[in-house]
Amino acid sequence: MAEPILSTERLGKSFGVLKAVDGVSLNIRKGAITGLIGPNGAGKSTLFNLLTGALRPDSGTVRLNGQDVTAMAPDRLFGRGLGRTFQIPRPFARMSVLENVMLAPIGQTGETISGPFLMRGRMQQEEQRIRDKALEVLDFVTLGALADHPAGQISGGQMKLLELARVLMGDPALILLDEPAAGVNPVLTATLIGKIEELNRQGTTFVIIEHDMDFVMRHCDPVIALAEGRVIFEGTSDEALRNPHLLDAYLGAPADV
Amino acid sequence: MIGVISYLVFFATTASILAIAVLGLNLQWGNTGLFNGGVVAFFGAGAYGTLILGGTAQAGHLGGYGILYPLALLGGMVAAGLMAWLVGLLTLRLRHDYLAIATFGVAVAFENLMRNAEWLAGGAKGVRGFERPLREALGDGFLYNLIFFAAVLLILIGVYIFLERLVASPFGRLLRAIREDEEAAQSLGKNPARVRLTAFITGSVILGLAGGLYGTFYAFVSPQDVLPTLTFQIWAMLIVGGAGNNRGAIFGAFVIWGAWTASGWALSRFAPVDVQLYTGSVQFILIGSVIVGMLMWRPQGFLPERLVVSQRGKP
Ligand SMILES: Nc1ncnc2c1ncn2[C@@H]1O[C@H](COP(=O)(O)OP(=O)(O)OP(=O)(O)O)[C@@H](O)[C@H]1O
Ligand SMILES: [Mg+2]
Repeated sequence: MAEPILSTERLGKSFGVLKAVDGVSLNIRKGAITGLIGPNGAGKSTLFNLLTGALRPDSGTVRLNGQDVTAMAPDRLFGRGLGRTFQIPRPFARMSVLENVMLAPIGQTGETISGPFLMRGRMQQEEQRIRDKALEVLDFVTLGALADHPAGQISGGQMKLLELARVLMGDPALILLDEPAAGVNPVLTATLIGKIEELNRQGTTFVIIEHDMDFVMRHCDPVIALAEGRVIFEGTSDEALRNPHLLDAYLGAPADV
Repeated sequence: MIGVISYLVFFATTASILAIAVLGLNLQWGNTGLFNGGVVAFFGAGAYGTLILGGTAQAGHLGGYGILYPLALLGGMVAAGLMAWLVGLLTLRLRHDYLAIATFGVAVAFENLMRNAEWLAGGAKGVRGFERPLREALGDGFLYNLIFFAAVLLILIGVYIFLERLVASPFGRLLRAIREDEEAAQSLGKNPARVRLTAFITGSVILGLAGGLYGTFYAFVSPQDVLPTLTFQIWAMLIVGGAGNNRGAIFGAFVIWGAWTASGWALSRFAPVDVQLYTGSVQFILIGSVIVGMLMWRPQGFLPERLVVSQRGKP
């Protein structure tokens, strides 16, 4: 296997006596769309938080492109091309939908206190470009018409779309999506996965947490399954389907008798 | 007639100076969500800094450097900024209510220091011996006050334009994002600690500028000028005017200062003599009620924050 874009070694995180993530070692293949599955409370979102620096692990290491990035701050990881969305959307509520998306590009000229005054021309050109791109991304996730609405006043499903638009705007090389399709209507989900696959063909690596097994089997390969904080399965989606142990843990019973 | 105009100029000068302070607080609270409960400390640092640097030699306390006035004013701003930097490093990790309590404590400590450290700033007697700039040329009369008012107004406009440009820029967007959800902003590559510190210092420098002008106007500053009352007044101005809106901040400064002055006048005119003893306390209660009432009935203020939109279709 080629060098993994992201890997962990015996990663652990406890909340009190609960071992939410318990010695997880895994490799995320560059260029793949990896599905991360597991029952509620398996530790999937916690794992994302450890990978992105939102939580500090108790033990173990995280490597991004071979470099140790354990507990590096989320903003620095984003700068290194690691983006993520949240399971429960976190919109900037009293900002317009458009502003939410325009925030994402890093290193903007006008982002320092002196930039808006000393490099005004360059900032305005850049703003024009960022605005155009943001409107494009919003049109893609079907939020174009809501660009000027306060982000706190759109629906829950729309907020999930906004999460996606924000992270896409930053052009990360690796994107971790926490249940991107939850609460989004099926037609739109199909469009979204289309876009994800298109970006994937252009080189973006994805890890997707998803409960819809049909979605996972169809679009994700490989598949990693967590249960009680541990990796219980790693393999292709076909193997996942045929793995009785996995179905047992995930569905609570064998699929058919 | 000249008496009324003279009074109006006096009133407008004070209100404009306070408006500058409210703009500073608005950058911290309105735009960035930083609860500065010790506004008066930074205002005071500016006032004391300016007067100590720009004053004539005095026996018994620091100062008498007689520095050229604009530099003294700048020095006051730097003093406020340095204090904000120190306080910021120590407290910005503390968020929300903790930050409020910590900064409030800083303000109380500042007042106590000024009251007790006579060698530093004259103690309870305050900083004396400051000459207002250009006084020899313009005298002490109405003309001086008129020109001083014009200067303050120009500075207010300058600060307003500076802040309007700032909050309309990507930096302003960054401030709002930190205010709304720090973790989400961090997941998009932004460094909240740095942004918070920058906003806190910048707002405090503006508060220091207001304090410096205030000290200049009265050619005197004492611990009586840095009481928590002023913090409450400036907060009331921002809440009533509209946090997050610079015009609201200015509007609120004039409205609240007007109400404060009018209530003081009304109390001294119509209230029974024994109530007049408590004029300050009554006004304090009034301003508290205004804050509470406003938060209940119109929490966004008279001029609410405006949403930044796409201007789709515009060039
Ligand atoms: N901040 C926290 N403090 C305490 N316990 C937590 C915290 N975050 C998660 N947990 C616990 O850790 C366990 C794993 O939670 P996590 O959110 O990672 O599950 P998940 O696999 O994402 O589940 P779901 O599919 O329901 O989203 C759960 O038992 C949860 O209660
Ligand atoms: Mg989860």
